[in-house]
Amino acid sequence: MALGLEAKLGDSVLTTQLDVVVNWGRQYSLWPMVFGTACCAIEFMSAAASQHDISRWGAEVVRFSPRQADLMLVCGTISYKQAPILKRIYEQMPEPKWVVAMGACASSGGVYDNYCTVQGIDEIIPVDVYISGCPPRPEAVLDALMKIQDQIKGESVLEDRHKDFKGILD
Amino acid sequence: MNTKALELIQGAFPEVPCETSIDSVVLTVQPDELEKTLTKLKKDPTLDFGLLLDVTAIDYLDYPQKSNIRFYVVYTIRNWKENLVVQVRIPVNDPEVGIPTASHIWDSANWGERETYDQYGINFQGHPDLRRILNHWQFEGHPLRKDYKIDARQVCYESDSLEKEIKARLATKGIDELTLKDINTEIMFLNIGPSHPATHGAIRILSALDGETVVANVNEIGYLHRGFEKTAEDRTYNQIIPLTDRLNYCSSLMNNVAFVKAVESWMGIEITERAQFMRVVLSEFYRALDHLVCLAALFVDMGGLTNYWYLYNEKEAAYDLISRLCGARLTSSFTRVGGMYRDFYEGWEIDMENQLKAIEKGVADSLTLVAKNRIVHDRSQNICCISPETALSYGFTGPNLRASGVPFDLRKDNPYYNYEAFDFSIPVGSNGDIYDRIMVRFEEIFQSISVIRQAMKMIPAGPVNIHDNKVTLPAKDKVYDNIEGLAGHFKLIFEGVKTPAGEWYDSFEAANGELGFHFVSDGSGKPYKCKVRPPCFYTMGGFHEMVEGEMIADAVINLSSINIIGGELDR
Ligand code: SF4
Repeated sequence: MALGLEAKLGDSVLTTQLDVVVNWGRQYSLWPMVFGTACCAIEFMSAAASQHDISRWGAEVVRFSPRQADLMLVCGTISYKQAPILKRIYEQMPEPKWVVAMGACASSGGVYDNYCTVQGIDEIIPVDVYISGCPPRPEAVLDALMKIQDQIKGESVLEDRHKDFKGILD
Repeated sequence: MNTKALELIQGAFPEVPCETSIDSVVLTVQPDELEKTLTKLKKDPTLDFGLLLDVTAIDYLDYPQKSNIRFYVVYTIRNWKENLVVQVRIPVNDPEVGIPTASHIWDSANWGERETYDQYGINFQGHPDLRRILNHWQFEGHPLRKDYKIDARQVCYESDSLEKEIKARLATKGIDELTLKDINTEIMFLNIGPSHPATHGAIRILSALDGETVVANVNEIGYLHRGFEKTAEDRTYNQIIPLTDRLNYCSSLMNNVAFVKAVESWMGIEITERAQFMRVVLSEFYRALDHLVCLAALFVDMGGLTNYWYLYNEKEAAYDLISRLCGARLTSSFTRVGGMYRDFYEGWEIDMENQLKAIEKGVADSLTLVAKNRIVHDRSQNICCISPETALSYGFTGPNLRASGVPFDLRKDNPYYNYEAFDFSIPVGSNGDIYDRIMVRFEEIFQSISVIRQAMKMIPAGPVNIHDNKVTLPAKDKVYDNIEGLAGHFKLIFEGVKTPAGEWYDSFEAANGELGFHFVSDGSGKPYKCKVRPPCFYTMGGFHEMVEGEMIADAVINLSSINIIGGELDR
């Protein structure tokens, strides 16, 4: 039943909130930028291949140019040598952007508690969803994708989500 | 023990102390004799040690038997025709002064010595380009020294520009600063990676281009250096097995086998017949899978995406069998010192046979698309060639070396696990171009499938683990029911399998070539040192030789044709 303004306009016009419409669009057209460095990237390949088929979530347009992507998937170990590059690529992605840390290494350094491994990429860039596992199964990647979609639903276009973030390289 | 090798080497170097360690002969040489010894080893036709496998150092700071020399450098060298391995050990009095370089004798010494410098801080006099390779350029200290704390992390704030290196490389091609400034010579610098789809992981390729032609090329690696060797020093042997999964993660199980084989050969453990056959079946299966992924990715880079589906789908399907077997898809951790984690499950033969048929079909489908495809031929034949001499000098092994026409394969030349009983052949190429590297891999898939079928016919029944309470865990009912079993279990888990003190090198034909492990044991349950000889590392060291003079687009498919896997490259 239409109320107020909509009652006057008839069936041809829908009114909604800007946030809802924009978020709906963002949710189903996530373009991932795969920052694949190690073993986890192989499982991402599986998530993208026919059996698991990431395109069912509208996220199959894998971009390797950060400028065309809005979802960064960090698949693999990040070493201190790699960290400045990760940060640079993250910064090259236009807002809005989301980050998934795939696997134990990206989330926390994993088994590599040593001199060369960053103990979780949230030391460098803000992370939205963490996936556990070493490596996580492709289903877990899809699950993370759904979590991001849920998160997007509740966001506002006016909000700058990470303005207070400060990593070790900032 | 290899008595022939010992006699040969002792005859050639009568004044030098020689010993043997498993199959290798170990020579201890003083720094001032080094150059002469190494040159003789390589150039003397009766010795003919043409393949420098690895360079590393040992830090004896914490070693129980004290000696007054802290560092030794070790060169591991192979005569592939006669199946002889020699290790040359050189005492280093002062790491700052170091020892003379061998980089003019074997090209592979260039990267090997850089790594030794980076990890141990040993100087190599006369080395053309001695700088860090695995750790970042802002790193201070040398992590594999025993007094470097494992968790002393050092942040890198900025990437290296590599400007000096590429200019030095250009200078060797006769292009100096003046020519660069000349308005008519347009040299363009192009940086690919470390985060770029063409690099399949994290490698950085910096090329100087004239038009589309690569004039000079330098690479930077180490972006996936995750301290395998340092971490391994703090784990028991069986705890290291999961870490080896993550070396070449496309064929994790082969790394598991290579690792435990190296430990077992030193301990003199003869694993059960069934375990040997299991290792053969699974290694060959993973070899086929590794090649599938390599080829799938290669054809994507070439623009033939359909091949990706044909080839990768079979890899994906194989995960069903693998996860039924070991519970994981990618990281198998399936071997143990003294045998296997467990036996095959019931009905695996049927699954395996179906799998093999599916792989054969996928590969055949892909071959119909590429074997007579003009585009594939034009883009791969006579492109990025490497001659057998250059390939050997850079330490190439495995399919990349065989593509250049050198029929070296450890399964034939130094057979283990009854490989001599199987009927299979070693495909070799004739040009060492991209086409040969593709076709050698295709053929190896078929050969591996044939070995698997033969092994499945011959595999005997029986236990998969040896019975030795110092090596393998007791059965669970013994652990719960009697104190002896419980104590044995406890001791093995906490202290690990103890290996006799000593040093040794052992190798295995992995999907990418000779995967070797160089151990130093102090007699405890953890290795004092565990150095991997990764096939990728040395292949990557020769990358510039293949791409200079070729087009930049060819460099991309060349990189996929040599199958660089970051985990193994950088460890
Ligand atoms: S989490 Fe495990 S599988 Fe993933 S990159 Fe790290 S070691 Fe590899």
